[in-house]
Amino acid sequence: MFKKFITICITLFFITLNAQAGSDGELSLKKNEPKEIKDCFENLNRATFALNQGLDKAFIKPLAEGYRNLPDPIQRGTNNAVNNLSTLITIPNNVLQGDLKTAIINTARLAVNTTVGLLGTIDVANKMGFPKYTKEDYGQTLGVWGVGPGCYIVLPVLGPSTLRDTAGSFANVLGGDPWYNASVHGNNEFLSEQLYLTSKALSGINFRADNLESIDNLEKNSMDFYASVKSLYTQDRENKIKNNQRGNIEVLYKNEEDWEEIDNK
Amino acid sequence: MNFKKIIIILFLLSLNNSHVYSMEPDVFVQSTVNRASQILSESITKEEKINKLKTIAKETVDIRAVGFYSLGSARKNLDESQKQKYSKLFEGYFLKSFSSRLAEYTNPEIDVKSKKPISENYTIVNSVLVATSNRPEVKIDWRIYTKDKNNPLIRDLIIEGLSLARTQKEEFASILSSNDGDINALFKSLEQFAKNLD
Repeated sequence: MFKKFITICITLFFITLNAQAGSDGELSLKKNEPKEIKDCFENLNRATFALNQGLDKAFIKPLAEGYRNLPDPIQRGTNNAVNNLSTLITIPNNVLQGDLKTAIINTARLAVNTTVGLLGTIDVANKMGFPKYTKEDYGQTLGVWGVGPGCYIVLPVLGPSTLRDTAGSFANVLGGDPWYNASVHGNNEFLSEQLYLTSKALSGINFRADNLESIDNLEKNSMDFYASVKSLYTQDRENKIKNNQRGNIEVLYKNEEDWEEIDNK
Repeated sequence: MNFKKIIIILFLLSLNNSHVYSMEPDVFVQSTVNRASQILSESITKEEKINKLKTIAKETVDIRAVGFYSLGSARKNLDESQKQKYSKLFEGYFLKSFSSRLAEYTNPEIDVKSKKPISENYTIVNSVLVATSNRPEVKIDWRIYTKDKNNPLIRDLIIEGLSLARTQKEEFASILSSNDGDINALFKSLEQFAKNLD
């Protein structure tokens, strides 16, 4: 317990340092939104990206293609179940972001889908007319709190991230994910670390299977695939932190004048 | 009396003409996607489809502006001959990349939902790529340049909140940054890319 407490303190210390970087004492959300995320470890990131591409071609993509060939109900059930598990992370983050109403809705969603929906394999809540589910995580919460993204990093196997989002992911294994706590540390004969890892692997394969064509297309049509992935990841995270479903013009383009200036060329 | 009548008729005709040629951004987007969709559903070779799609892209996308936007601040350092060379290379790159991406789809159904002017010169048109059994609904927003009301042009596509123009801009910035800002390195990459897609 003491060890956990120390780890949380160290993580929070680094996050705070990240938030203060470049600050002149007046910490504001706007100031922590850089026009471009720094790629402080570009050489290492590109090497990790190449490694991930190799792993993808050798293992992940073939698995995703195989998964795609499974009957629709199995794919849908798996997708629903991993989404249901993700609500366990979403709910505390709804609370931390001050969105109590959504936290209550998501708690009801979790209860309905886990029971009536047979451990989340059927999205009963959706059929009952619950609002559309939106995932939240600790990285997004840090962003909402005004913590800047920090440097861009590519993690082995897990892929693109930032220092802030990686710190957010650590919160999952430091007590922030009830599913991790119950399966890895819980004294329960039905749950285990293997089950937790399997659920995470299924979540990754499910994502890859959903994006088989779009990722292939992006790779084929990119002059610098690494830079394209970095850009798309950054845009996606910015939208999620601002809870933009369609993309907010100010968030997207950063500098609207850039477009206006083109007319004078 | 007759002269007066002629003048009135000519005036009314001119009003009618201006109405015909002025196109609302949402109507423009729907008509453009309908044209593309029709080509994609035709029983012709992929090569023929690509050529027809290129023609539509040339008419409806402001390729030159997209190119200069993608170049970011580096555009300010180009001389006239470099600008011309870049415009030519970017157009070739854009048309190949765009048409080869689109040609993969068969009969996509896009429904325009709404529009929102964001400035004097720009309107965002919201649409959806209708879901099929293989994929969910995809939200697509179009940044339309409306300075010339009679000739609206597409300047960006925002797919599920992700801007293609911004992605392109950050990709080019990365290539330039890896080559100490040398524009010739970008020219070379554009040429190489176009060759590889042939």
